[in-house]
Amino acid sequence: MDLDVLTLSRIQFALTVMFHYLFPPLTIGLGGLMVSLEWSYLRTRDRLYEEAAKFWTKIFAVNFAMGVATGIVMEFQFGTNWATYSRYVGDVFGSALAAEGIFAFFLESGFLAVLVFGWDKVSPRMHFFASCMVALGAIFSSIWIVVANSWQQTPAGFHIVGEGLNARAEITDFWAMVFNPSSVHRLAHVLIGCYILAAFFVMSVSAYYLLRRRHVDFAKTSFRQALTMGTIMSLAAAIQGDFQAKKVAQTQPAKLAAMEANFHTGDGGTPFYLFGLPDEKQQRVKAGIAVPNLLSWLVHGDTTKPVKGLDQFPRDEWPPVAMTFYSFHLMIWLGILFIVMTLVAMFYRWRGTLFEQRWLLWAFVFAVPLPYLANQLGWVAAEVGRQPWAVYGLLRTSDAISKAVVAHQVLGSIIMFTLIYALLFAAFLYVLNDKIQHGPEPVTPPEKTKPGDLIGVAAARTGTGGSTPTGEKQ
Amino acid sequence: MDLNTLWFLLLGVLLAGYAILDGFDLGVGILHLAVRKDHERRIFMNSIGPIWDGNEVWLVTFGGALFAAFPDVYATVFSGFYTAFMLLLFALIFRAVSMEFRSKREAAGWRTFWDVSFCVSSALATFLFGVAVGNAMLGMPIGPNKEFQGGLADLLSPYALLVGLFAVATFAMHGSIYLYLKTEGDLRKRIQGWMWRTFGTFLVLYLFTTIVTLVQVPLATRNFTAHPWVWLVVLLNIMAIANIPRAIVLGRAGYAFASSCATIAALTCLFGVALFPDLVHSSLDPKWSLSIYNAASSEKTLRIMRNIAFLGMPFVIAYSAVVYWVFRGKVHVGKFSY
Repeated sequence: MDLDVLTLSRIQFALTVMFHYLFPPLTIGLGGLMVSLEWSYLRTRDRLYEEAAKFWTKIFAVNFAMGVATGIVMEFQFGTNWATYSRYVGDVFGSALAAEGIFAFFLESGFLAVLVFGWDKVSPRMHFFASCMVALGAIFSSIWIVVANSWQQTPAGFHIVGEGLNARAEITDFWAMVFNPSSVHRLAHVLIGCYILAAFFVMSVSAYYLLRRRHVDFAKTSFRQALTMGTIMSLAAAIQGDFQAKKVAQTQPAKLAAMEANFHTGDGGTPFYLFGLPDEKQQRVKAGIAVPNLLSWLVHGDTTKPVKGLDQFPRDEWPPVAMTFYSFHLMIWLGILFIVMTLVAMFYRWRGTLFEQRWLLWAFVFAVPLPYLANQLGWVAAEVGRQPWAVYGLLRTSDAISKAVVAHQVLGSIIMFTLIYALLFAAFLYVLNDKIQHGPEPVTPPEKTKPGDLIGVAAARTGTGGSTPTGEKQ
Repeated sequence: MDLNTLWFLLLGVLLAGYAILDGFDLGVGILHLAVRKDHERRIFMNSIGPIWDGNEVWLVTFGGALFAAFPDVYATVFSGFYTAFMLLLFALIFRAVSMEFRSKREAAGWRTFWDVSFCVSSALATFLFGVAVGNAMLGMPIGPNKEFQGGLADLLSPYALLVGLFAVATFAMHGSIYLYLKTEGDLRKRIQGWMWRTFGTFLVLYLFTTIVTLVQVPLATRNFTAHPWVWLVVLLNIMAIANIPRAIVLGRAGYAFASSCATIAALTCLFGVALFPDLVHSSLDPKWSLSIYNAASSEKTLRIMRNIAFLGMPFVIAYSAVVYWVFRGKVHVGKFSY
């Protein structure tokens, strides 16, 4: 591999975007949870919900700061490392980015101040309003960024002006650009992924407290709310994911072929590989276990109709097959694992013995990295699967780089980013661990409330009210 | 006014908004190490705690709007200033997390590390903004293909470095006036002394930078003959600067702060006048300059963005007003503070 500007810029983009994307999913998902906790508090005036909301807000704030600090890098990088891309897409992509700034970032950052610093300065209602606005801002920001990225996957609502080096995409229809063929599906999938991640995060911390017999009432309340959200979202991911894959088959067939390592189109039904080691040189899957005709059925609803394979595309338009295949398949397996874990937990919850299953609680404590991994893998499959294109079918990644930048500059910034991000990540984990070890602070003196009442109220609430807040988040 | 000119103006508004708002919180950062006690440092950080993030969004939105309205400028400047922008990013990252991390742990070493990081990153970011403005005033080596043709050394001319220093002095003064507004007691008395010193430094650098600009940068005044109203801005600028010491003597801190805001707004305006109708002036050949016409997005995009901006701006102003209202008054370090 040549360490030229192209390779280095790709490494740097992958490094910085993957590091950045450790934070926004929790911001988006926890935003929803905080809204539901504060809503529960407003309705019941049960201090337990306030305590929980305050605790998760602190975690949210640290996470949010990391998201902001690493997010500004992403914006700048389009200009610094991908200048040709910026010239090419600015007309289309820019309006989405401007909308994100105006509608999402100002909303988020303004009300975040009230959310984090305003507990004793504004009324509970106003505080609830601020939580809603921050959660909404986080969703808005994901909308515009997914719209822009989806336009790169399935461009629409534009025409090409100019030729050769001066060619660029210009917008012809704003709404066709916004609702390009993949944006709605991909947005849904991204948001579902965020809520799964936040649910597992909350369940991990809560399970840890339960196992250590600390903050038990708080932990039970948080765990139940998160479990409801996690179960619904894990199931939704599978159903929605199926729709999305059908769309990819239509709009980006080369990507689907790479995701499934489908080298040869064949005549009959196409198999679906459960496992396997794709070999790009020999164009076959080694040591694979496949379900015959399943892919044809999933894509076409017809077991005999072949799915377009990589042989239908020129060799220089193939995405890297192995990386796309592995990331996509591992994501699916993780998704199945999330469904199994949440359904098992729901079963014990229905039996009323959820919090006695210590093995299950331990499993949830250690499961937290998995949804992070699944979110990252999903993006890897999406972005690597789009290669060799920066804008699908229009602009090659190799043409998209900055011409004024030389390799040693990018190498220098990669080294700096690696060092700084390592330092930041260590500090982040340190502070996060500190906050989790410290735990929630009781908001009322213990003698005023009887613990028995709290459990009773919490149990009654999650029985009836538990589904309402999750309903709001869809 | 055509859409291109409108977007030049709106970018100016975003830049001025950023310079005024993030200006004082960068200034607070620059002055951070001047107090020694932990409690006082926490007051400093918490004086900007709830608002710095919103202030920085002005920069993010400025970047987004530049990308959208003038993609060629965005691409040329960001790739041309690669190393400078990377340094700026590191500074902004450290600044953000320094505030978030600093008071989360008791250990003295931990706090000192983030204190120094907060101060250095604030000063560095400000200095780099100034250097960028200085280079924009001088013009950059832009070739016929809209690409930057120089190296890092081209960006470090004495004039650009001078403007960098001037920016640090300006924000330090702006920050000290802000701190004067937000503090009380003994600390406030000490900050009053700093106001004079930072104002003095600002004034010296202001006069020096102005003279050098008039002598060395012919571009700076090229629009003055065609648009005589610019003299009003110059007049406003001088009056605002003169009003700062007057307001301090009168003991009217809010008035001094308003004057300092007006000073920054006027300077941003003069910067815009110097550039117009270019965004990046080519020092190699004026016809290779990136202007608001040859570097712009299509008319349709500019119109869509204008609508987005006009739809969104009232909300932005409303949120900002709410937040500044909620956190009005003196800073108190409490349970929910940094």
